[in-house]
Amino acid sequence: MAGKLKFLIPIAVFAGMVAIFYKGLYSDPTLVSSPFIDKAAPVFNLPTLYDDQKHITEAEFKGRISLFNVWASWCPGCAREHEMLLMIARDTDIPIYGLNWKDERQAAQKWLRERGNPYTVNAVDRDNVTGIDWGVYGAPETFLIDGEGIIRYKHIGPLTPEIWAAEFLPRIETARATLAGADS
Amino acid sequence: MIRATTFGLLIGLLGLSFTASAVDPSDKLEDPIQNELYLAITKEVRCLVCQNQSIADSTAPLAADLRREIRRMVEEGQDETRIKNFLVERYGDFILYRPRFRSWNIVLWLGPVALMVVGFIALAMNIRRRKSLPIDEDAP
Repeated sequence: MAGKLKFLIPIAVFAGMVAIFYKGLYSDPTLVSSPFIDKAAPVFNLPTLYDDQKHITEAEFKGRISLFNVWASWCPGCAREHEMLLMIARDTDIPIYGLNWKDERQAAQKWLRERGNPYTVNAVDRDNVTGIDWGVYGAPETFLIDGEGIIRYKHIGPLTPEIWAAEFLPRIETARATLAGADS
Repeated sequence: MIRATTFGLLIGLLGLSFTASAVDPSDKLEDPIQNELYLAITKEVRCLVCQNQSIADSTAPLAADLRREIRRMVEEGQDETRIKNFLVERYGDFILYRPRFRSWNIVLWLGPVALMVVGFIALAMNIRRRKSLPIDEDAP
């Protein structure tokens, strides 16, 4: 009995490999998962966009759930997601911190003047020092950071209402529950 | 004879060809050993914006930034492992062209060896079985 079915083994192995490769065929290699998920936000110390003398650090993220959005005025994807950021700033109490990445201060300020400013405060990373520490490889990217300063999610590419609802909101709820638990 | 000469010439030309590199050759590190290390590492680091290029080949701004960081670390005297760890901590294993040995990719590393071992065992068993068969049964 077992001997007769032995010819099925290579067929099964082959089918398994086909399944794996088929899945690989449709996975997007540009979506590189971040090694920072569930890790503390990397340290940084950068001047702010409107005041060169003022600096912000990762300590800003402690005590509330926040977004950290990597953007630049030269970045077309950032233009596409700007509406979405404005909406988040208007409709939620989640602060959006910006990392103005590889950009010119003047151009960034002009961008915000023309399109509206959804950011609580912007850090200026002209030379991509903090960007590298955060594993940024393109703009826009958006990190979700919980009340303890732990990165819970990273989205690569423009934010959309669909991604916001599917990926961000559930995680924000979880982070809220943890934060409420820590307070009581 | 002519054919052999032509072949030899073609092979020679092949040796002369070189791949385009975004690393500015005049921008060498002073210490030749450090320069070697810098070039070696940049060739093994994937440019995440243009994934089929190493950062040595890529002209993407991110690749230039990573080259700058690697250069700085090499100049500080850090070794290859530390520099690669720096990159993997930030960008994940995907940034290295040669994957590292990890628990989740053990199949990738040991799979071929395991398959070969299984194949040899099967072959040995088959040979032994055939040896024990009466000779005339195999005859046509």
